[in-house]
Amino acid sequence: MSKVSERDVVMIALFAALIAVLGLVPKLTLASGIPITAQTLGIMLCGTVLGAWRGAAAAALFCLLTLLGLPLLAGGRGGLGVLMTPWAGFFVGFPIAAFVTGLVMERMRALPVAAGAAAGSVFGGIVALYVFALAWYMLAKPAGLGEAVTVAALPFIPGDLIKAVLAALVTQALAKARPGALPSRG
Amino acid sequence: MISLTSPVETVFHRWPAGLKLALLCVAGTGLFMLASLAGQLVALALVAAFYTLPGMRFARAGLAALRPVALFAALIAAWHVATGTLAEGAVIVLRLLSAVALANLVTMTTRLADMLAVLHWLTAPLRRIGLNTRPPELAISLVIRFIPVLSEKGAALAESYRARSPRRRAGWRIAAPLAGLALDDADHVAEALRARGGLSEGARK
Repeated sequence: MSKVSERDVVMIALFAALIAVLGLVPKLTLASGIPITAQTLGIMLCGTVLGAWRGAAAAALFCLLTLLGLPLLAGGRGGLGVLMTPWAGFFVGFPIAAFVTGLVMERMRALPVAAGAAAGSVFGGIVALYVFALAWYMLAKPAGLGEAVTVAALPFIPGDLIKAVLAALVTQALAKARPGALPSRG
Repeated sequence: MISLTSPVETVFHRWPAGLKLALLCVAGTGLFMLASLAGQLVALALVAAFYTLPGMRFARAGLAALRPVALFAALIAAWHVATGTLAEGAVIVLRLLSAVALANLVTMTTRLADMLAVLHWLTAPLRRIGLNTRPPELAISLVIRFIPVLSEKGAALAESYRARSPRRRAGWRIAAPLAGLALDDADHVAEALRARGGLSEGARK
């Protein structure tokens, strides 16, 4: 493994803090009545901006600090209780989501930043995260696939699609404001 | 930085953090294996007793911490009412409440520093085989320091947005400048760290 630099460690820590701060942004409520927060937007940004392994490390760091007892999840939730609901896969899967998002972003260099970030966010923040979280739900509750999809996935998909679009816009704005500063495309 | 530790001192505050975490693992496994409705009711009553033992103020705080679970419990209950599997649903909802309440109890009675000490102890084998655990430990301190810094910057960005826009809330629009500020800060902090010895093992002393 290549040597970890100070800049990597600091960037990972700052993006973990960014996920937490984005969780404080007041939430919107969709027409379906499901609240959406900017927290998963933070997870997607970790992947699109930092790339696969640094993004996953930032998400893992965020998860670790939440479990240790800091109220970092949207709505001021945190602590070990987060692990105990069948929906915990959506939280534990954050590092996987950021990793896949970053991997797509890194591999699809030919695509423009916004398109790469949108594709990454959809594959990582939605497809990979939901596969993991649904499997978790089915094991933890326990439940069948039909129930898991109805209760744990469908209500959240519209919000997450919006966030994938936002992640693409934010990443593109960042690439324009600081050319060459995206570590995922370094 | 605000943490979820309860200011009301309970007997559980004095228990070692490692012991509490080990007990939580055992209790969680037990709850998962317990399939009888009566057993789950007894378990929930026991957990409720743990909360009322230190007094009503602590119990109320515990109840407030449990509120987000109500939505999950309601979703599960609705599914089981709709599919006509009430008995199974009751066991699952009771188990969910007990498990989350127990985990919250550990969080509410264990200070962050003690949790970090357990983590340091758990990672000791990694250091013995020659891995440097200083980078992740340093990262943890940096996150704790930078959450208030970044949220102040976020608040300033939101305020200037409000000053020039008829909209009341900036929402996601501050995400891009905020991420940009985080990248800038990262450069400065990394430079400062390097100047002070960086990530090398000796820098801890």
